[in-house]
Amino acid sequence: MIKVKINGQEQNWDGDPDLPLLWFLRDEVGLTGTKYGCGQALCGSCTVIIDKQAVRACITSVSDVAGRDVTTIEGLHPTGDHPVQKAWRQLNVPQCGYCQTGQIMQGAALLMDNPKPSHDQIREAMAGNICRCGCYQRIENAVHLASTGV
Amino acid sequence: MNILTNPKKLRGFERHLKVENVSRRSILKGLGIAGGFALAAPVMSRPAFAAYETGASKMPHGTVVDPRVFVSIAPDGIVTIVGHRAEMGTGVRTSLPLIVAEEMEADWSRVRVQQAPGDEVKYGNQDTDGSRSTRHYLMPMRQIGASARSMLEAAAAKRWGVPATEVKARNHEVVHAASGRKIGFGELAADAARESVPGIEGLKLKDPKDFRYLGKGQIGIVDLRDITVGKAHYGADIRLPGLKYAVIARPPVTGGKVKSFDAAEAMKVSGVEKVLEVKGWPWPSKFQPLGGVAVIARNTGAAIKGRDALKIVWDDGANGKYDSVAYRASLEEAARKPGLVVRKEGDADAALKSADKVITGEYYVPHLAHVSMEPPVAVADVKGDKCEIWAPVQSAGGTREDVAKTLGIPDANVTVNVTLLGGGFGRKSKCDFAIEAALLSKELGAPVKVQWTREDDVRHGFLHTVSLERIEAGLDKSGKVIAWRHRSVAPTIASTFAAGAKHEAPFELGMGLIDNPFEIANLQCENPEAAAHTRIGWFRAVSNIPRAFAVQSMVAEIASATKRDPKDMLLELIGSPRLVNLSSVKDPWNYGEPYSSYPIDTARLRKVVELVADKGGWGRSVPKGHGLGIAVHRSFVSYIATIVEVAIDDKGKLTVPRVDTAIDCGTYVNPERIESQIEGAAIMGLSLAKYGEITFKDGKVQQGNFDDFPVIRMDESPLVTHVYIVPPGPDTPPSGVGEPGVPPFAPALINAIFAATGKRIRSLPIGKQLEA
Repeated sequence: MIKVKINGQEQNWDGDPDLPLLWFLRDEVGLTGTKYGCGQALCGSCTVIIDKQAVRACITSVSDVAGRDVTTIEGLHPTGDHPVQKAWRQLNVPQCGYCQTGQIMQGAALLMDNPKPSHDQIREAMAGNICRCGCYQRIENAVHLASTGV
Repeated sequence: MNILTNPKKLRGFERHLKVENVSRRSILKGLGIAGGFALAAPVMSRPAFAAYETGASKMPHGTVVDPRVFVSIAPDGIVTIVGHRAEMGTGVRTSLPLIVAEEMEADWSRVRVQQAPGDEVKYGNQDTDGSRSTRHYLMPMRQIGASARSMLEAAAAKRWGVPATEVKARNHEVVHAASGRKIGFGELAADAARESVPGIEGLKLKDPKDFRYLGKGQIGIVDLRDITVGKAHYGADIRLPGLKYAVIARPPVTGGKVKSFDAAEAMKVSGVEKVLEVKGWPWPSKFQPLGGVAVIARNTGAAIKGRDALKIVWDDGANGKYDSVAYRASLEEAARKPGLVVRKEGDADAALKSADKVITGEYYVPHLAHVSMEPPVAVADVKGDKCEIWAPVQSAGGTREDVAKTLGIPDANVTVNVTLLGGGFGRKSKCDFAIEAALLSKELGAPVKVQWTREDDVRHGFLHTVSLERIEAGLDKSGKVIAWRHRSVAPTIASTFAAGAKHEAPFELGMGLIDNPFEIANLQCENPEAAAHTRIGWFRAVSNIPRAFAVQSMVAEIASATKRDPKDMLLELIGSPRLVNLSSVKDPWNYGEPYSSYPIDTARLRKVVELVADKGGWGRSVPKGHGLGIAVHRSFVSYIATIVEVAIDDKGKLTVPRVDTAIDCGTYVNPERIESQIEGAAIMGLSLAKYGEITFKDGKVQQGNFDDFPVIRMDESPLVTHVYIVPPGPDTPPSGVGEPGVPPFAPALINAIFAATGKRIRSLPIGKQLEA
């Protein structure tokens, strides 16, 4: 039995220990805010935060996170008002919205590590997250806005 | 007023209608092949409302304008407006209901949007494609809103015993100015519902100067908050009790099938419950599934792992030799010989012979995959002769029809719940993934989710075609272009519907080939044959991508050869402000729109060129290694011009410091979403120009994920994209926004690279061509 803390709540798993965290979250726990986009850590749609680090849930197994604290988009902020989330809404960032939870988690992780990133640092840190709609200009500006305090 | 478009009742109209294949799913009819779909008839007399007519009535099931279908008001005043089109990122789920709210004087903060299931008899056409939602529905939505407003006013007037002309709806209440009385929409709801729906004649639309929302751009999309907190529901997010998770191994070659398979190892994978063969249809079969072997599991991860353990022997079938290198050579060969003439003015052959100089360009664009961030996915629950679907589909009504037909049950027994779409770009106009889920659910007697992996999406989609555009421009001694011959060779989307289709359909020819706006005396367009060897489908902007790339590159090539400024050259070729005469074209298509409302207006085309040149600083001096390129293109009856600035370092590394785009899309609803669409189009344009290439070898797609089919990431995206929207004239009909931003980007970029380096790229993607 593997025990994982997800958004502060303990979850148990007695199935395949190699099951990617992504599918554990989505299909077994029912937290669907973490998205599937590529399955190979190429797109960032499945980004969650573990120990203040952005982690791709699609290549992380449940056993990898045994005993750890995992934060998903649902647990980023109790009322959904993390500065990054607020900045996102202020700048009307999303188009289809599918990749946006992963983008927001990546942006939030960046600000934990570097509270005042430059535009170049934002562009570099967010380059692992693909948005096929092409919202990059607004994503960049929203992360920057969040860093200035929304 | 309450005219339902029950197709059964419309048969009598059909023979009076010109059949046009304006709908992406009704293409069969346009190709003259038997198919069981309903034709739409005009359901309302539009001229009473606007100075323009659209092609909406020719779409399957036409338009429904009954306010009782689209609007409901609760006693607490909450107004619910139905969004009947698919939301894939354009903002349509917000903008169409916003139009209704505007006209009925509802306060947007007290409006809720409810997504319509697939039901075109009830809601009218739901095919969310072709950049046509706003252009087809601006007026119908205004009419629905105005009807609702009029019913509320009539109810209030009756209650107060005053003439209806004395009352006026304003911001969620009806006011009687003479007595100062007011009554809220919620309190009037029950009475208003009993009022008869007013006829067109009595309806009055708001004066645009009184608009609170339309054209203002201050309203965020309705799903904004849910998206940012992870509560927005896409197709993959549907969860049902007892849901089974499935992935399918599909034939690696289009038209292939399963010869034999061994499921023993797959069944040993923890969580795998069952392995079974899925029915496939012989290619081509429109949107029917490819077939293959499905792995059913307790979660998606187990299903994927189980699939990896399958041993399958495939029969590759007729397309097993499809090879992109050889195919390109065959396209080039075809383009160098005469083909079917699809437009002819003057005598281009003779004029080319007598020309002082002929400039020839061959432009190649390979297959492209849509790779929406949400790969295809669908949930189905079949119980007896009923089926319920939850899926991110662009064509809710079409999905319902195709699922019903596949299962052999009436349309009415199929419910299609439309989730948000995690991107669409044309891929989700084809509902094969929903049919797969329905087939599996029927087989298993349980609700099933079919999840496509990214590799499935890249390898088994409906790809953008592969094309060779050859243009020969003949110049006289003064450098004036006197002849233009454009041959376009590409496998047609029609080949996905009908075996052996080798010529492009009118809707493909009409995307930048036969609708060429240039004022050239001798102009000829030809379409040599090309056979398809995989499923070809609509990709955002479709054939406009290769056509704009070819035509707008050639303009810059002529400018360079004659030492002219590319923008001046462009304006010279566009010529005088006029409506382009397409009388020599058998079927001008024109995006399904009547030419009277949506002519090719070169004054508007010139205007976007001049606007972007002015605002975008055309001719400004740029640092060494930088260059500016310009391109213009009319598509989806909108006019768009783009200037791209590139910077190329001494190692050939390409960056884009700035993009400027001017768009004339007529009357518009939400300028903020127009800007977002254009910003995104620049990035999709850059993706396809820099990296976009799907290749085949031995009939199989050689790419599979974002490592070998890369798209632009933030660190390479344009530093800034500026968007300039042309203010609409009075009664200028609305036109497309979702797609037209894409086509001019690649040629503007390529022209900028030429300006920076002197290197002319005629084959996309750019790849390593700048590194040489």
